[in-house]
Amino acid sequence: MADIRLIEIKEEILADNKDLADEIRNALRKNNVFMVNMMASPGGGKTSLIVHTIRELKSMFRIGVIEGDIDSVVDAEKVAGEGVGAIQLKTGGFCHLNAPMIRMALDEMDLKNLDLIMIENIGNLVCPAEFDTGAHKKVVILSVPEGDDKPLKYPLIFSICDALVINKIDYLGVAEFDVDVFKERVLKLNPEIRIIEVSCKTGEGVQAWIRWLTDEINAYRNRR
Amino acid sequence: MHELAVTESILNIVLKHAQANKAEKILSISLKIGELSDLVGDCIQFYFDYLSKNTIAEGAAIEIERSPVIFQCRTCSDTFQVSLKDSKDIVCPECGGIEVTFVSGREFYIKHIEVV
Repeated sequence: MADIRLIEIKEEILADNKDLADEIRNALRKNNVFMVNMMASPGGGKTSLIVHTIRELKSMFRIGVIEGDIDSVVDAEKVAGEGVGAIQLKTGGFCHLNAPMIRMALDEMDLKNLDLIMIENIGNLVCPAEFDTGAHKKVVILSVPEGDDKPLKYPLIFSICDALVINKIDYLGVAEFDVDVFKERVLKLNPEIRIIEVSCKTGEGVQAWIRWLTDEINAYRNRR
Repeated sequence: MHELAVTESILNIVLKHAQANKAEKILSISLKIGELSDLVGDCIQFYFDYLSKNTIAEGAAIEIERSPVIFQCRTCSDTFQVSLKDSKDIVCPECGGIEVTFVSGREFYIKHIEVV
């Protein structure tokens, strides 16, 4: 019998996805389009925050939205109702969006006539964290009723995001959620993360989110 | 839940390397996965057995080495392992410091394969 050989590989499992994500960032750079990947649990407030953002920024930036959904078009219809273009990706059971899916969506969009693309990822705190979509910034939204223990249960997503939006702060006092403890847990995993507290329902804090996003878009455009 | 997509990538990578090395069969695949990742090992083997049918990787055993989540204390510089799922807070076991920095635990790569 032939000898058993050991072949060293040391290759990142998702290297192909990462390479395509880098290509996507290059294509966006050519058109000066900024893309942000929004992640959260189902019901965390992704669609609501995207709708607020469209209302606040559509006079300033040309906006497009990529909606990831297992098998429905409800969110895309809500977003299109705000007067911006939305591409619906039905993932048919896939639990996350990856770079090839975003590439397909971008092929359907007119990048020359866009400034900002928001990706609404699949509602899930686990899988989307592993896959680079080609976005420039990653945002996780965590709503107060979900509990302040989530950074311990789903540490990866908190460790890789650039901003954390704590949504539904109108539930503070009703839900068992200690904002200080929560922030401390997140900051230990990721000291660079920007934390913004909002209520998409009352509108409180939404301006702070808009400022963060606008600053990021402008910084990106000025780096050209 | 994303194990299927991950397993497809693993299969593609190991087949590429096995072919480049003129291997006839892949016997085992060893992965290094950080504890921050929520991959389920049994699930990967299950998908792999299905996806690798009729390839030279059919029947290969997947071995996963989990690397722990490591933090470093900013007060005393001690590095220590943390099991995030069993702990409420991250505290330095050496000096009790709570100012800590995340060091590692996100590894996600293929170490090596055994082939004939």
